[in-house]
Amino acid sequence: MTSEPIVHVRGARRRYGTFEAVRGVDLDVRRGELVALLGTNGAGRTSFVELVEGLAPSDGGTVRVLGRDPYRQRREIVASLGIMLQSAGFSGDLTVAETARTWAGTLTRPRAVDEVLAAVDLSHRADVRVASLSGGEKRRLDLALAIMGDPEVLFLDEPTTGLDPESRRATWRLVQGMLARGTTVLLTTHYLEEAEELADRIAILQGGRIVRTGSVADIVAAEPARLEFVVRNRGGREVVPTVDDLPSLEGVVDVPEIDRTGRVRLRTTTLQDDLFTLLQWADARQLRLDDLDARSASLEQAFLAMDDDRNDTRNDDTEVAA
Amino acid sequence: MTTTISNARRSATPTATISPRRVAVLARAELRLLVRNRTALFNALLLPAATVGLFSTMGGLGDEAAGVVGPMLLNILTIMALALVVYYNLTVAYVARREELVLKRYLVGEASRAEILAGAAAPAFAVALAQTVLGVVAVSVFLEPPAFVNPLLMIVAVVGGAVMLTTLAAATSGLSRTVESAQLTTLPLLIVALPFAGLFGGPGASSGGVLDTIGTFTPLRPITDLMLLGAGGLDGDGQVLTLAETFAAARLPVAVLIAWTILGQFAARRWMRWEPRR
Repeated sequence: MTSEPIVHVRGARRRYGTFEAVRGVDLDVRRGELVALLGTNGAGRTSFVELVEGLAPSDGGTVRVLGRDPYRQRREIVASLGIMLQSAGFSGDLTVAETARTWAGTLTRPRAVDEVLAAVDLSHRADVRVASLSGGEKRRLDLALAIMGDPEVLFLDEPTTGLDPESRRATWRLVQGMLARGTTVLLTTHYLEEAEELADRIAILQGGRIVRTGSVADIVAAEPARLEFVVRNRGGREVVPTVDDLPSLEGVVDVPEIDRTGRVRLRTTTLQDDLFTLLQWADARQLRLDDLDARSASLEQAFLAMDDDRNDTRNDDTEVAA
Repeated sequence: MTTTISNARRSATPTATISPRRVAVLARAELRLLVRNRTALFNALLLPAATVGLFSTMGGLGDEAAGVVGPMLLNILTIMALALVVYYNLTVAYVARREELVLKRYLVGEASRAEILAGAAAPAFAVALAQTVLGVVAVSVFLEPPAFVNPLLMIVAVVGGAVMLTTLAAATSGLSRTVESAQLTTLPLLIVALPFAGLFGGPGASSGGVLDTIGTFTPLRPITDLMLLGAGGLDGDGQVLTLAETFAAARLPVAVLIAWTILGQFAARRWMRWEPRR
């Protein structure tokens, strides 16, 4: 892997009338790297990806793919791109093989159609009309067309939506195989598990801006771990503690949350130390910690936490506007 | 830097390079779809069958009429083929490909917009051309063969007419939300232009009137003018011209045909859509 950026974006903007969907995005994807772009619906993912795919012009900033402007110099690089859109259609009356052969016929360097259909496990469906395929099979045919031209850069917009778990893993293996051969991939997905499995780096898009980038480990490391338990006395009766009853825990973020049933939820940056303190505290008082659940942050948690922040930011915006 | 922004805005559509290989591949797929779509296939094949039937009943006409009737029937066949198979069927095909998101898919690939449109149009062109050839054969077999004074003008009429109607079909598709509504959006051109096409008024019959002058500039009329000139050497007054004279007489209809093609292109750029409205 070299450090040459295959996708290079600085300050990209995209407007629809007065609404600005992409508000100054910076992003680099290096050769052979897979960057997963995450974001909730309306975060501007598709609007942004269309800029990089060269399907729309940017309203500001610089967008380069393989050193070219993907919109204005599209002809020069299009043969090196593989694009799997979130929604693109097929003519239902053509068979899988006819669809694939037609697509291959429009490409500069098509791979063998049989080989590509085998790669997405559609060989046995080659002579079936596309209209008869299941949603997952259509998605795999989408993928087949995207990789048909042996692309240097692959854009995958929610490639496994609608796939069963087995097909999803098969798709992941296929993408990993392409990465191993040096393909550069920009992936957008709703499945955080997918990003954790495939991504070298993650970029989180929110309100048209990238709010965080880094490896999964980086992003998760910044997020506190979670500790949860219910306190019972020796007789097994629930004890509803107050915050003051709890031992002082050095890594706790915010105030521990205690609901009516006595369930305590807290977030900590020093999980091991605080868990140890807590267990000692319970032991000394002969209390039991039922339903004890201590876990490091997952990408999902980090993502959801950011989404909460976004809602806060949104309220701020409203105030400013008012 | 304001210049970079204004440049980005100007970017416009990809250049209209056309690779025959890509058009052929797309055309093959479109032809398959035509064969598998019973309605479209029926439209495309009904006409030639009806025409041959029509011609076979016309055998008994007098000799002096034959020089006029042959070119006229040939022209009716060509105009119907261009109006129904190229304009109507193609409008429907463009709408269908757009609504099923196939146009959107092709756009992300290597094919240019012109190639995608041409690929979809190719089968309609082939059918229109085949019908004209069939018409020539049928006229020659069942009637006195026309003089074919200037076959080049016949080719210009069929190919030029097909190109013009393709641009109008692309524009009309943009005004049609669904395949069904294309039945309505294609009506204005058919209803307005067909009566002015000069199909049934024998050459010279209405010549010189205001309506005839207006008619000269309607989109289907130049096809008629060129077909009659090419097949029979007949000008608008029913005079039989020589080869050299037909070229001179063809200038106005060719100009009208080109003007409509340019207009159609503008309209297509303005109205044609590549994906459904959200």
